[in-house]
Amino acid sequence: MSQISSAKSAASLQAKKKRKYNLKRYSPLLIMMIPGLLYLLVNNYLPMFGIVIAFKDINFTKGILASDWVGLKNFEYLFKTSDAFIITRNTILYNVLFLFLGTVLSLSFAILLNEIRRKFLLRTYQAIISMPHLISWVIISYLVYAFLNPENGLMNRTILPMLGMDEGISWYTEAKYWPVILTLVDQWKGIGYGSIVYFAALLGINEEYYEAARIDGASRIQQILRITLPIVVPVIIMMALLQLGRIFYSDFGLFYQVTLNSGALFETTATIDTYVFNGLTGSGNMGMSAAAGFYQSVVGFVLVITVNYLVRRKSKESALF
Amino acid sequence: MRNESPVLTWFSHIVLILFSAACIIPFILLISASLTDQNSVIANGYSLFPREFSTAAYEYLFTRGSDIIRAYGVTLFVTVVGTVVGLSVTLLMAYPLSRSETPYRGLVLFLVFFSMLFSGGMIPSYLVYASILGLKNTIWVLIVAGVLTNGYYIMMMRVFMQGSISKDLIESAQLDGANEYRILWSIIIPTSTPILAVIGLFTAIYYWNDWQTGMIYITKPDLYSIQNLLKRIMDDVQFIQSNLGANAGGAMAQMPTDTVKMAIAVCGSLPILIAYPFFQKFFIKGIMFGAVKG
Repeated sequence: MSQISSAKSAASLQAKKKRKYNLKRYSPLLIMMIPGLLYLLVNNYLPMFGIVIAFKDINFTKGILASDWVGLKNFEYLFKTSDAFIITRNTILYNVLFLFLGTVLSLSFAILLNEIRRKFLLRTYQAIISMPHLISWVIISYLVYAFLNPENGLMNRTILPMLGMDEGISWYTEAKYWPVILTLVDQWKGIGYGSIVYFAALLGINEEYYEAARIDGASRIQQILRITLPIVVPVIIMMALLQLGRIFYSDFGLFYQVTLNSGALFETTATIDTYVFNGLTGSGNMGMSAAAGFYQSVVGFVLVITVNYLVRRKSKESALF
Repeated sequence: MRNESPVLTWFSHIVLILFSAACIIPFILLISASLTDQNSVIANGYSLFPREFSTAAYEYLFTRGSDIIRAYGVTLFVTVVGTVVGLSVTLLMAYPLSRSETPYRGLVLFLVFFSMLFSGGMIPSYLVYASILGLKNTIWVLIVAGVLTNGYYIMMMRVFMQGSISKDLIESAQLDGANEYRILWSIIIPTSTPILAVIGLFTAIYYWNDWQTGMIYITKPDLYSIQNLLKRIMDDVQFIQSNLGANAGGAMAQMPTDTVKMAIAVCGSLPILIAYPFFQKFFIKGIMFGAVKG
């Protein structure tokens, strides 16, 4: 009995020693991580504690830390107005629409790219269609403005008159057009990028499958329907699920800058992100914005965890964690 | 040889050419608008080809170009410093996480993962950088509150290192007496150049295009990056159009006219568009790499 326990303690002592030895030997590896860890601490972890300001009555003269606790007041105000409903609805509906359209269009373009045999042309197409992904939202807002500028824009001065409509449209004050405009702009910017992602998945398909199908007399279209699509379905599902996990977050640049943050468009263009930002800059209510930010962080977190659990059940390697 | 369907191939070419045109036309409109005579724009609106060619907008910019040059200086500084520092931090984080011997590896991995899952959001970040660290209206905030590093970059690089650097190589270097820093410098960095290039490029593009950080933390025009300058010019036009209405004659005369505005936007986007053909191969490789590994 005592022999066993002494052997055990000797083993644990050895393990401890080894650990200590390792710590010393591999301490340079730990030292290397210090800058990154410090950055994560300041940039990611400190703000996490900051979400408690959603429970405070933010008062800049008192200072934020000294402001009074008000419990759920900010949330009550937020959910009493129609704002909470509008920003949640917009954020979710746009995300679902973008996810659906983006997947269909990106995959279609990837399949078309896969039909191009000439390397030079393939590279040229890829380069041109992924170019919008490279451009900042500010520049894109100028491009959109060149079309929609009420006085000089291409739409009001050239395209609408060609269609027989001489009355121009005041684009930046008419909310009803923006679901279409934002969808077009989002897809224009994203399809090139998305198609290259799927194209990479198509490149991985074994050429022998096509060869065998060809011998059996399958046409190219049949090959796409019977071989290409079934093989990329798991990739599609994974990508879609991962995007679903981000359904509470919107592309701030698209909804804020492309719309020029025009208040008249609130009904169809406000998302949780733009709402929070407008609270921060003072054109909205800071307390309600902090509450919206808290709501986004928490619900967003729950969604990511749930989605990841679903992904994990389907395929372990594709899961985020 | 893969069998081909000529009809499908032609269809692919046509669709891709049309979409390529759709990607290029807005830029042509922008450039054309900047090269059109102001009176012609007022009479006919913007068009895809200048009806009356004029370089007046650019001449105006050159005479009053100090704002633009300073903004480019800010953007260049932030991009270069941000990319060098950010890439170093990412590398120094990813490499130890790719080694199984690293002490507390599990804990650090968890911290990196969790930072990808949960975020405090915009207002708490603002409190940290502006109120606690007092970095508002400094050039440094553009670097640190941007993306110096993030979980995705760290994980992408870590996965690459685990796949491409053999344990034996590291062990034999240890036997030869190389310490960890030497191994990082002489083995890890040279074998990781593809992923360093990709993440470096993505970080650089991020900093070049970043306007959100400046919008939140910078109120002094001296510190505007080119993106923030562009945004400010757009805002001024909106403000005057919506608030002053018909009485804006005097103010309108002093501010950039529509062609000048378009010329500034061209100046803001031209450098990256000119550089694009030279790095597009890496850019596309980077997108594909993220798709396969991520």
